[in-house]
Amino acid sequence: MDMDQVLQTFIAEARELLQDMEDRLLQIDSLQGEEFTDAVNAIFRAAHTIKGSAGLFSLENIVGFTHVLESVLDRVRSGEQQVTPALVSLLLQCKDHVGSKIDLLAGVGDRTAQEVHDHDVRLLEQLAEFESPGTTPATASAKAVATTGPHAEAQVEVESIGGGMVGSDNWHISLHFGRDVLRNGMDPLSFFRYLGTIGQIVSMEVAFDEMPVAAEMDPESCYMSYEINFKSEADKASIESAFEFVQDDCRIRIMPPHSLVADFVDLIGSLSKEEQRIGQMLVRCGTLTERELAMVLEIQAQAAGGGGAAGDSRPPLGQIIVEQGLVQPAVVEAALEKQQQQRKTKTKQQQSVRVDADKLDHLINLIGELVIAGAGVNIVLQRSRMTQLMEATSTMNRLIEEVRDTTLQLRMTPIGEVFSRFPRVVRDVARELGKDIELKISGAESELDKSMVEKIGDPLMHLVRNSMDHGIEAPDKRLAAGKPAHGTVSLNAYHESGSIVIEVADDGGGLDAGRILQKAIEKGLVAADANLSPADIYQLILEPGFSTAEAVSNLSGRGVGMDVVKSNVEALRGTLDIESTPGQGTTMRICLPLTLAIIDGFQVGVGHSTFILPLDSVVECIELPPGSDAADYLNLRGEVLPFLRLRRLFAVAGEAPVRQNIVVVRFSGRKAGIAVDRLFGECQAVIKPLGCLFAGVSGISGSTILGNGEVALILDVAQLVNGAAAVGKGQPMPAVH
Amino acid sequence: MDNTTMPDNTLRIEGELTIYTAAAIKQRLDQLLGQSAELEIELSQVSEMDTAGLQLLILAKRECLARSGSLKLVGHSQPVREIMDLCNMANYFGDPVVIPGNAG
Repeated sequence: MDMDQVLQTFIAEARELLQDMEDRLLQIDSLQGEEFTDAVNAIFRAAHTIKGSAGLFSLENIVGFTHVLESVLDRVRSGEQQVTPALVSLLLQCKDHVGSKIDLLAGVGDRTAQEVHDHDVRLLEQLAEFESPGTTPATASAKAVATTGPHAEAQVEVESIGGGMVGSDNWHISLHFGRDVLRNGMDPLSFFRYLGTIGQIVSMEVAFDEMPVAAEMDPESCYMSYEINFKSEADKASIESAFEFVQDDCRIRIMPPHSLVADFVDLIGSLSKEEQRIGQMLVRCGTLTERELAMVLEIQAQAAGGGGAAGDSRPPLGQIIVEQGLVQPAVVEAALEKQQQQRKTKTKQQQSVRVDADKLDHLINLIGELVIAGAGVNIVLQRSRMTQLMEATSTMNRLIEEVRDTTLQLRMTPIGEVFSRFPRVVRDVARELGKDIELKISGAESELDKSMVEKIGDPLMHLVRNSMDHGIEAPDKRLAAGKPAHGTVSLNAYHESGSIVIEVADDGGGLDAGRILQKAIEKGLVAADANLSPADIYQLILEPGFSTAEAVSNLSGRGVGMDVVKSNVEALRGTLDIESTPGQGTTMRICLPLTLAIIDGFQVGVGHSTFILPLDSVVECIELPPGSDAADYLNLRGEVLPFLRLRRLFAVAGEAPVRQNIVVVRFSGRKAGIAVDRLFGECQAVIKPLGCLFAGVSGISGSTILGNGEVALILDVAQLVNGAAAVGKGQPMPAVH
Repeated sequence: MDNTTMPDNTLRIEGELTIYTAAAIKQRLDQLLGQSAELEIELSQVSEMDTAGLQLLILAKRECLARSGSLKLVGHSQPVREIMDLCNMANYFGDPVVIPGNAG
């Protein structure tokens, strides 16, 4: 694993945490009691984890900033600081700021390092107001950390040459951790695990005499100190580098094999009130023998008796304190990698596995081939009439179906991933516009293909902004119309007939069909005497060159026009419908295919050709009543059902048989019939895209290969239903030849 | 995190025994210590343990001893055993561990 990859994981993880932080911050106003505490804790934990992980990479500017952020959050957590709207806004800005630091690290985003740094200073000043008055120095020091580069930390004291030596062949490491080590996201154990990789921990003694009684003990403070007898060929710098991240929080002494007696005198003397115990621990560790300990204690006693200021007048047994410089970068990297690896495996193991998208695509292709091969087997089988084999195969087919569904599920992501950025947008834009707008999200668990999730974000963003800007009226207007002062924008997603429908609805003033039509006529988009239904008129706002801003409200438009939204949606093979009730609101409905590579299909035949309908869209099958040769509609239990004839639509050669069938299909609430010669039943169809030559052909969404090797076309139900409706109105659908 | 307590002074710890859960578990512990000095902590469902967790166990042991009671640790899960071995703490607690630790 190289460093870069580990860093990428850190970046991805930090972004997830920041997103979580934002979600919680946005909810926090409305929460109370335990839920409130949970949210505060989650926000705190996010800041804490980012700080800890950033520390592992020596990203001092992120550590410094999140440290201040964390201490403010800590005060919120302990109830010393109230959650005010001003604080929430500031925290949101801080979250953004950490985000831009991460972006900077990832080499994306448009801010320069200098801009980020300036922003840093500003935000730290604002945060300082929320830190308790007594902790101003902490802020100052955090600022200092924020501005100093990595590795500019204090150095570890180490001793070396001179004087008598102890007999041990091993290193001795004495660790005395500071109270805040655990809170800073470090775990002493991870250092020991790392030590285990560069040598052997011969023995370890743990001291916890500093731990107060239960009532005073803070479970998040560290009270432990450790004496380690360590056997290693590594040099001092390597061992030391293991502790680089805790140097500030921790008293560390690393003594090489055959260290000086004097060093141990010093060690024992330096640790308050535990002298005896430490001595015993050293013996138990095997670092010192009993005789050596006795000698050490004697020397120490002499020193203490010799002068009042023991620290200064200790017999100069020739010890020289070597100020270690920076540790070797290569060693740091190795340590980082190890620690990071352990951390990651611990946290991620149970949750998810990251897989290369290419591998997944390859798997889906293979499953596609498997499905086709399976269909081939079925055809042969039906001719052979071998009952036992049929039974065995039916089990296999069921398994193939399950494997197919599960595999396709792998690519599916909940649309909530896109929705989750909207609460923030709505909050910010509403404030900008001076409107009170609430966002309601439902159906966030509806899933669609990962690639779609990425591409649908921008069009949705535009629709939401549009609804807030042009849809929702100003509060006074709303009150005058008898509506509540705060407007509602709702985002909703649900599955329908193998498609996903995403609705952006507002309870605003609705579209003014009259003004839109007038504007369209002025712009020359429609003829002055055109007779259009309201739905057709609403579609006009999606035309290029039609500025909704001027036509519908006086507020300025923002960014791209609605025509770009429409073309974006169409590029995803989707449709955009508009529904509006004057005075009550507007609903924009995006309908996207799930882009499943394999679908459950319903196979029908016309002449010698075979067609596939997505099974999800099929409602029922009926017989075409005799004598309706000329009609384009029929009476379905008292309902008018427009239908179209595939034979005519695709100009299939040959005469229609005496008995024809109608497949009733439904799409976005509308039903239509499709007249075919024969019904074959359900099948699995692997969608193969059509070449660009056929891109303009309407009514077909793709092709598939049947088990017998023949090609079948997959019908585009959305276009057919609309076409049938148009036929029903007397506008013949153009035949495709 | 769900720490269910059985009636007979047993603290059953499920999931993490780490810095993230330390505060909550300590509360449960304080409560139990208030009731009795004879405690049993059931560790078979501990999925993860760190220094903060170890500290809590040490605290429990010490408090029990200070009140002339005793603490029994039972059902050490793999992560618990690992930490105990690493820190050479199995002797301190003195409880039988299913797989004998290899100190060091």
